[in-house]
Amino acid sequence: MFEYEFMTNAFAAAGIVAVVSGVVGYFLVMRGQTFAGHALSHIGFAGATGAGLIGLAPLWGLVGFTLAAGIIMGLLSERISNRDVAIGVVLSLALGFGLLFMHYYTSFATQAAALLFGNVLAVDHAMIATLAALGAVTLAALAAIMRPLIFASLQPELAEAKGVPMRFISTAFLAIVALAVSACAQIVGVLLVFTLMVGPAAAAQRLTKGLWSGLMLSAALALIEAWLGIVIAYHTDWPVSFCIAALSALVYFAALAVPRAPVQHAHSHSH
Amino acid sequence: MTNNIVELDRATLQIGGRAVLKDVSFAIQPGEFIGVLGPNGAGKTTLMRAILGLLPPAAGRITVFGRSPQRGDAAIGYLPQLRTVLPDLRVRGLDYIASSLHGERWGLPSLAAADRKAIEATLDDIGARDLAARALSDMSGGERQRLLLAQALMGDPKLLLLDEPLISLDARHQEVVIDVIKNVCRERKITVLFSAHELNQLLGAIDRVLYLGNGQAELGTVDEVVTAPVLSRLFGTEIEVLRAGGHIFVLSRGRDVERDAHNHDHDHGHHGHAH
Repeated sequence: MFEYEFMTNAFAAAGIVAVVSGVVGYFLVMRGQTFAGHALSHIGFAGATGAGLIGLAPLWGLVGFTLAAGIIMGLLSERISNRDVAIGVVLSLALGFGLLFMHYYTSFATQAAALLFGNVLAVDHAMIATLAALGAVTLAALAAIMRPLIFASLQPELAEAKGVPMRFISTAFLAIVALAVSACAQIVGVLLVFTLMVGPAAAAQRLTKGLWSGLMLSAALALIEAWLGIVIAYHTDWPVSFCIAALSALVYFAALAVPRAPVQHAHSHSH
Repeated sequence: MTNNIVELDRATLQIGGRAVLKDVSFAIQPGEFIGVLGPNGAGKTTLMRAILGLLPPAAGRITVFGRSPQRGDAAIGYLPQLRTVLPDLRVRGLDYIASSLHGERWGLPSLAAADRKAIEATLDDIGARDLAARALSDMSGGERQRLLLAQALMGDPKLLLLDEPLISLDARHQEVVIDVIKNVCRERKITVLFSAHELNQLLGAIDRVLYLGNGQAELGTVDEVVTAPVLSRLFGTEIEVLRAGGHIFVLSRGRDVERDAHNHDHDHGHHGHAH
């Protein structure tokens, strides 16, 4: 299947996006902000269709809208992830706007399905280069704030006392999530961003207890699911996004079923 | 001049425009173990946040180590009340503590060999070495508290702020935690502010008690502070204080106010608590 250029392109693009999604998603799960990530992707849909309406590439509408929304969410509250209702209302509104924009730009409607559910087989070299750049910026920004981000996520009260700029960290993190969501939506679509950003990360968190091992496993699972999804799609002719979504769910539930790592009761004889 | 570790001079602390503590003055001396008591909402956490430099006083002055409180002061160890519970988090104890070491610096997390040694040594000091390798989600409440205590002790603090470290622990674990804190802090000459709902477990450990209530604060020995007139003023209602069998009961109209405030009321009669 590698004799087809669209297949090698698909593997390259999915590979980049999977690693970025797996890494960023790990922190999204750690912070309990998965719903905020989901909302950002929906807001991105309005951005993408809006961009189409004014003649811009959908990706930049996606990036612009999710980035703006991520920053606003971060500034509004350090604990926005708990405001499920507010986020839910905003994400439905965004989807509604997406529909409105499509209504006025009918020729764009053919791309709507691609936006909603992804179309990795249509990726070209220019898109791969863009995704690589987007991924590099995302990972670089995450690396820059990773240490205080972990501290602020695990122990917010103490981090605040120790001088971590909490609002800046949460805002910067949601901006990073926005970039990752934009890249991810190119592969699996805005509706299925969860499959690469949350599924692998949640499974990895179940299966490991070290930060680095969790991060690595999350990225690896996302990569395997994305690539295997493409392979299965190639052989079955099922949509790629479905295959990735199915694998993601399968791995997540398999991880849930794995008994927790044996607890060493080293202390049981010490007192 | 004084060498007080913490001093409040007619300080007023406000949250959202409401004065939690009004015109309060007291001074805590080096090496003291202070039990911080008072009803819910009396300002125990607020006081600690002010000492940490997170809440500037609306009026008056607070000095910590002889200067204004500074956010991120490395000489203060802090054990926050467990408000953020992440039960499903499979993070090793070692990584959990490591995340707080220089956690305010930018860049990637890293764990120097010296830091790892220091964490293990501190866990050793409080008899909890095995927690380093265990996942947070597998720890009992008592183990988590000990992990947090080890974390608060990292970096040789001179002042320890412990916000309700006994909450959600059963009586046996409460005694263990108090003993560990008492011994470590006495040995290292650390000044301790230890907030709790109940006075009795602390009686053997504390030097003085800081009772908060009704916007006021009273610092003194147990015999000075835990009296009907002082507590009646702090609770804003008539309080009776009974002493029996080495225990002190603070009663309001015949009800034990500490026990009422304590919402984790376990049945542990077999530990010989006279109640």
